[in-house]
Formats: sequence, C-alpha cells, structure tokens
Amino acid sequence: MTDASAGIYAGAWRRLRRNRAAVAALCTLAALVVVSLAGPAFSAYSIDHVDWSLSPLASPPGTANGHWFGTDGNGRDLFVRVCAGTQVSLLVALLATAVSLVIGVAWGATAGYLGGRVDGWMMRVVDVLYALPYMFFVIILTVVFGRSLFLIFLAIGAVGWLTMARIVRGQALALRRLAFVDAAITLGLPTHRIIARHIVPNVVGTVVVYATLTVPQVILFESFLSFLGLGVQEPLTSLGRLVAEGALEMETAPWQLLAPSAVLALILLCLNFLGDGLRDALDPRQR
Amino acid sequence: MSTPLLEVRGLRVDYAGSGFLRTRRHTVHALRGVDVELGEGRSLGIVGESGCGKSTLARAVLGLVTPTAGEVSWRGWTIDTSDRARMLQMRREVQVVFQDPFGSLDPRMTAGASVAEALDALEGVTDAATVRSRVAGAFRSVGLDDGFASRYPHELSGGQCQRVAIARATVVRPRLLICDEAVSALDVSVQAQIVNLLADLSRRQGIGLLFISHNLAVVRHLCDEVAVLYLGRLVERAPREALFATPRHPYTRALLAAVPAPDPRVASRLGTVALAEEGAGLSPAAGACAFAPRCPHATETCRRQRPEIEPAGDGTVVACHRWRELATV
Amino acid sequence: MRSTPGSADVADEALLALDDLRVTFDTEQGPVQAVRGVTLDVRAGECLAVVGESGSGKSQLFLACLGLLSANGQTLGSARLQGVELVGATERSLAALRGARVGLVSQDPMNALTPHMKIGEQLMEFVLDRGHMKTPEARARALELMRSVGIAEPEARFEQYPHELSGGQRQRVAIAMAFMPGPALLVADEPTTALDVTVQAQVLDVLRQLRGQGLTTVLITHDLGVVAGLADRVAVMYAGVVVEVASVVELFESPRHPYTAALLESIPRLDAKPGARLASIEGQPPRPQERLQGCPFAPRCPGARERCRASEPRLEWGAGRASACHAPLPGGWAA
Repeated sequence: MTDASAGIYAGAWRRLRRNRAAVAALCTLAALVVVSLAGPAFSAYSIDHVDWSLSPLASPPGTANGHWFGTDGNGRDLFVRVCAGTQVSLLVALLATAVSLVIGVAWGATAGYLGGRVDGWMMRVVDVLYALPYMFFVIILTVVFGRSLFLIFLAIGAVGWLTMARIVRGQALALRRLAFVDAAITLGLPTHRIIARHIVPNVVGTVVVYATLTVPQVILFESFLSFLGLGVQEPLTSLGRLVAEGALEMETAPWQLLAPSAVLALILLCLNFLGDGLRDALDPRQR
Repeated sequence: MSTPLLEVRGLRVDYAGSGFLRTRRHTVHALRGVDVELGEGRSLGIVGESGCGKSTLARAVLGLVTPTAGEVSWRGWTIDTSDRARMLQMRREVQVVFQDPFGSLDPRMTAGASVAEALDALEGVTDAATVRSRVAGAFRSVGLDDGFASRYPHELSGGQCQRVAIARATVVRPRLLICDEAVSALDVSVQAQIVNLLADLSRRQGIGLLFISHNLAVVRHLCDEVAVLYLGRLVERAPREALFATPRHPYTRALLAAVPAPDPRVASRLGTVALAEEGAGLSPAAGACAFAPRCPHATETCRRQRPEIEPAGDGTVVACHRWRELATV
Repeated sequence: MRSTPGSADVADEALLALDDLRVTFDTEQGPVQAVRGVTLDVRAGECLAVVGESGSGKSQLFLACLGLLSANGQTLGSARLQGVELVGATERSLAALRGARVGLVSQDPMNALTPHMKIGEQLMEFVLDRGHMKTPEARARALELMRSVGIAEPEARFEQYPHELSGGQRQRVAIAMAFMPGPALLVADEPTTALDVTVQAQVLDVLRQLRGQGLTTVLITHDLGVVAGLADRVAVMYAGVVVEVASVVELFESPRHPYTAALLESIPRLDAKPGARLASIEGQPPRPQERLQGCPFAPRCPGARERCRASEPRLEWGAGRASACHAPLPGGWAA
C-alpha cells in the first residue's frame, strides 16, 4: 500500500498545508492572538488609564508619546484597548461556538440517528426556536440577568446551536444508513454508545468546518450587540464596542474606527479562509 | 430430531408508508409470511431478486427490524428486542457480514479497533493483552497478517475489508453467520477467495450459514439447502441437489435458465424462459399467486387463488398449483 | 503491431483503432496510470467484450476515447474512430461524435435518465436538438426503437416518467436512447450488472438482437457469463494493459494467459460439482496507484519466474489472437 499507515487527519493536515491561503490565515490568526495577549505588556498604558497630558484627549497615532494607535475620546490608549477588545471578542466567539457546538452536535446526532417521530419532534423544537426573534430574546435575558460576559456568550450559543443541530442531523441521517451502524447494532452496542462512538466522530469534519465559519458570525453578532449598547460593560471592551464608539467619531478622529475595524475585518477574513481550507482538506472524496 | 437453531414462522414485515397520517396506500409488504428453519452447523441459501424480501429476512433475524407478524426464534427463544440481556446473548451467537465491504467498517476506526469493539461489546473483554491476541487470532483465521490491525478501511481493498468484517463477526465464535450479499460487491477473483473462506470457517468452527444472495452459482457452492423467495413469499425450498437438478417452481426454473453460462457454445443456444416484463409497482392481485402475472404457465386458478406451500418429495416444498404437471414437462 | 500478420482482410477494417493509448490521472499522491498502453482494434460489425476487474482500466479506456475523463485525467496515444482522431480533439468535435457516432450505455439505470423529463422527450431530445430530424419523424423512430428493445405499450410509456418504470425497462430505454441518432458504435459499460438476473437475460436478448442487425458493440464487463453469450471477440485487461485477445470460443476453450485461465476456473458455475471448492487466485488485483515491476500478474501467477518479475511481457500476436505472457499456456515454461 502506498499510503503509510496514516490516520484520517494526517492526510487532511497535509492537504491543508498545501492550501496557501489557509496556512496564511492560520499564521495571521496565531500572530493576532499572540499580539493581543502580549502586546499590552509592551505598552506603558493600561486600558483605563487616562492620559491627561494629551490635548485634545483624543489624539492621533504617534510613536513619540507611545500611543501607537492613538487614543480614544477619553484619552485612553487605543492599542491596548484594541488588544483587550480582541481578547474579549475572540473569547466570546470561542466560548459561544463551543456551547453551540456541544448542544448542536448532541441534539442533531441524536435526532438524526433515532429518526422517525423522535427526530420529528426534536427538529420541530429547533424550527420553533428558529422562529423566535432572537434579538428580543437576548434583550430580555440581558435585562433580567444583567450584562455579564458569561451571559452574552450563553445567549449567543443558545441561538447558534440551531443551525449546527440541523447540519449534524442531516449528516447523522445519512450515516444511519451505512452498514457500519447496522454492524454496531448487531454488536449489541447501546444507542448512546453508537451515537458517541460512531456517529459523532464521523461528523467531526463537517462540525469543525462549520465551527470555523460560525466564529465570525458570533463575533459579528457580539459586535452588533455592542453597537446597540447591549454588549460587554465598561471597563471591559470588545472589538464591537470599539467600532461602535469609533463610528461616532468617524469624522473627527478616524483612527478610532480604523484600528478596531481593521482587526475585526482581518479576523473574519482569516477565519473564512481557514474554514474553506478545512472543508476542502476534510472532504472524504479527496482521499 | 433436535430443535433447529433458527426458526422463522409466518414472518411478515411491512414498511410503513410515508406521508401525512401514514396512509395505507404506500405500505410496502416486504415479507408476506415466510417459514424457514436452520439446523446446527447447516447452511441455508436464500435467493431471489430485488423486492423479494431476502435482505428484510436477514434484518428480521438480526433484530434490526421488528416483524409485523409472525416470529423469529433462536434456540427456542422468540426474539424480543426489548429484552436487552437476552438480545445480547443472542447477538453473541448470531453475527452478520454485510454487502458493502467499505461501508460496513467505521471509516474512523482501524481494522483492529473494529474487531476489538466486537470483543468489548459482546464479551466484555477489555484487557489489552487478551484483546490483542484474540484480534490477531481472528485476523489469522481470515488470512490477514498482524500488520492489518493498524490499517484504516480506506487503505484496504474490498476483499481485505470483507475479511476484516468476517474477522469481526467470527472473533466471538458465533453459532450462526448471516451473510447478506457478502460477496456481491467483490471482484470475481476475490469472490472465490471469500467463498472458500466462508466454507472453511463454517466447516472448521461449525458455524451455521444463512447466505443471502442473488447469485445462484455461488449459493450452489456454499449451501446445503436453498430457499427461493419471490415478492415476499417463499416459492420453493429444497436441498441443494434437488433444487438445481429438478427445480419445481416456474420462477426457480426461470432463475436458473437466466443465469448466463460461462461457455460460449451453451450460452448461444440457450434461450431465456419467456417471462413477461416486470412492471414497476406491479402488485399481484390480492389472493392470487404472486408470480402469475409473469408466469408462462399461469391459469385461471393461479390468478384467483394463492397456492399454499406443500411438500413435493425429496425434502422439497413448493408453492405452485401446477407443480406436478410441470414436473413432467 | 495492430493487425495480425498475413491478414489482408480489408473488410475487417477497424471502426475504432486504439494505438498505445495511455490514461494518467494527476492525484495528490502523484500521477496514477490507469491505462498503460493499449493497442486494440474494434472491427466493424463485431461485439468486442473487454473484461477485467477493478484497477484493470477497462472503463477508463473508453471514457478516455470519448473525452469523458474527470478533469485530472490525461490521455496519450491515439484513438481513431472511422479514421477521425479522438485523442486531443476539441471538446466541440468530441461532443459532436458522442451520441451521433458513438452511443454510450452505462451501468446505472437509475441515473441514466433525467427524472423530471418524460421518456418520450428524453428519447427525442438529442436528435431534435441537433436538428437531425423533425418531431414527427423523431417520435416515430422513438416508438419503433422502444418496440425493438422489447418495451410493451410504447405509446403509453412515451408519456411516462422514469420513476414509473422498472430498472429493466429504464435500461432498455437507455439503450433505445443510445440508438436514436443511429450511431456506428455502441459502448456498453456494465449494462446489466445492476439488474436482476431475469431482467439481465432480457436485456442481453435485446443486445443480441441488435448485434444480429450488424451493430458494432464494445461490451465492458467483469461477468464472463455475459461475455460468453454475447461477444465475438474478447480482450482481457489486467492492471491497465491488455493481457489477452482471442475469439470467444478460443478464449473459453484454450486461454493462453494464466490470468485468463485462473479467472475462468474461479467463476462459480451451475454445472460444476455442487459444494466443490472454488479455484481461487491468491492476492488481489494491483491498484492503479501501485508502481509495477515486471509482469503485473507475476505476484499472483502460479507459474511466475524471475523473468516475469524482471520484465513486463508485451502483447504478441499470432493466428488472430494475442497474449502478453513470457510463458503462455498450454505448457507454460515447458513449451
């Protein structure tokens, strides 16, 4: 056999490496994460330190005073704030995606595997939840429970799992027909073990791809919330908040909008390329 | 006479129609009352064409589908899928090899892991050393060397995958092996290997075989007894020699005549038994012989009344009104 | 060398002449050779069966001639249909040939027909599209062809949709469809593999009838029973090359290549001793990805020697048949 005893993922990794856009995206993302974590250590400022020495308080980027991205309307260093905002946005996105992933995969795999009436009811629940105006739902949640970071990613995750469930359910339905699932039943495996051992590992490919494409959506949604004033609370900031604040000063202090938007756009672009690359790499037909 | 290992009595399996309110119109009657039995260490071939219900029969015996009526008994116990403990016991003794060699193995598990899973699930064996030696033993018995344990299905050929599937099915030493078109998807030269392997295993380990196939020639090599199904009913069952030498039912004769002989002198001379064209969705009139619309010997009786299974000598049973007259033709 | 030495048969001219045809696929593991140099003639009026197992390249060979390979496939060598070179021809000229001069019937009757079009429409589509005929003439021809392939009540079927027909009927419609423009050559790729045996017998009857009317057919199959009943000549392929060519009677009675002989012995037959052990060939056919040294059949050949593993035998012609073996049967090395 020409294939050395390679696992499924080894071949996928090889294919991904060949996709230059995906590799560049991965490196860029990694760099962004590193900078956002380590960057503030190199700056003399903290996220809520007001630099009274500047006049006006909002000053453009300059190397002399150490404000590499300039300052915002309150005199706070933008570079540090953008770093902090990136951390929060990425964190929210990852956690929310993880939540929607766990719920969505479990729901979808079970519905797809069991089929019949159970599947019908489970997917009707999904349909009903889809129909609810989620903005309304999120607003109520934030009003009732206050605006904590925890709540935000919970709310986003609670909405995000619906599409994941649908996608996984479709895959599970197709897998259910394959002989190895019947074989697992004839080995006497109980249903939950079949779903966990045979269905879920075989939907991982689709799930991973979809997750990388969900993360940008989540970031955007969080930005939207922030734009509406419902996102993270001061002194924490997120890219969305920064964009919202920067938009207000677009004409007089354009750098306030430029920095966070550029970072946001870069993250979204990289995630999309990565998602595309993963989809191609994990495509079983390529084998 | 000892109790047969496997007994199927009056098995009916209907697949419910789809659509709102599940209207009866779309119900598919896959099996309409079939009786078969299999003794210890014996091999029974189930033949028929698409729509005859042979795969459904296999699935019913395996407990993958619930009978609408009738029963399947294993060693005297009527199969009841809700009794988990006894089902597990049965599963240890009744195993299966499916048609699609690649599809029957989890693509994300190595060959060794697939076989080990059988040991874990059916016998609860988890000790690494024991598992390894049993898996190696199973591989050897199907003609694969140890190196195959770490391979993934996509790295193996169809024949090798099927050997892994057989290893998985036999590692727990079952009493009955159900082969659902197990060699149909293999190359001709590989088919012969697997057929020989199945014959050897069955002989050496005393495993009974329920061999489902549309290929009569293969069945003739492997099975002591053959049952012919048509549209969900048993039309003839006979010991191997009797069925192939003196087929009683017109459908059996048509099947045998239709097999193209690998001999150019014979093949060009042999005409086909003139069968009327099969119709899509052609359901036989209720209460009539299912084969009547296509049978060259059908009479009014055949079109009005369904023939019952009756003995026809030599251990044969057949469901045909005219088998006696046709035997002399 | 293409034709047999000493044969001056002008009447037996080749309808389709393949000369050192090679098909390579570009995959991420590197180039994969599916067909490694095939030189073969399809004579006018004959039924040539091309027999092989997986990895033999039998389907890819003809897909390549018709320009139907997947995007990463490349064809080298020559394939001339009635004198017209197919390899390297533009897609336009190939499209003109396909359907009009060469009809193709594939394995899967389920997918051969478009589900949303009526049978009659599909039958007439090609000829109407190309302007070969007007509608009334096309309709008459379609009905006549349906009758000749054994479809009962063709007028009724004309108005039906594919899902209302059975598998056998669909395959017959596919054959009729291949015939509408009156092609010179019919390529049938495993036409009956997916069908029940009784239906297969009926479709084979249809093909036999058409052959009787002088149609040239290439029958690609792995089923030697089908070959025995239908073919005039047989070409056996293994690992991308032709290993034997002979008339059907010669092939079955006295195969020269050890693979052919072993294959014939390993088929389960209704006239063999019941319950006998099947003579099987050890190992499996090499996959196209494997790089081969020497004769591709050597690892499985009971008569293989050093010479077989060292050099690949070439296809040698003699008395109207050919084989690619250093020690062809009967007699093998002793001869």
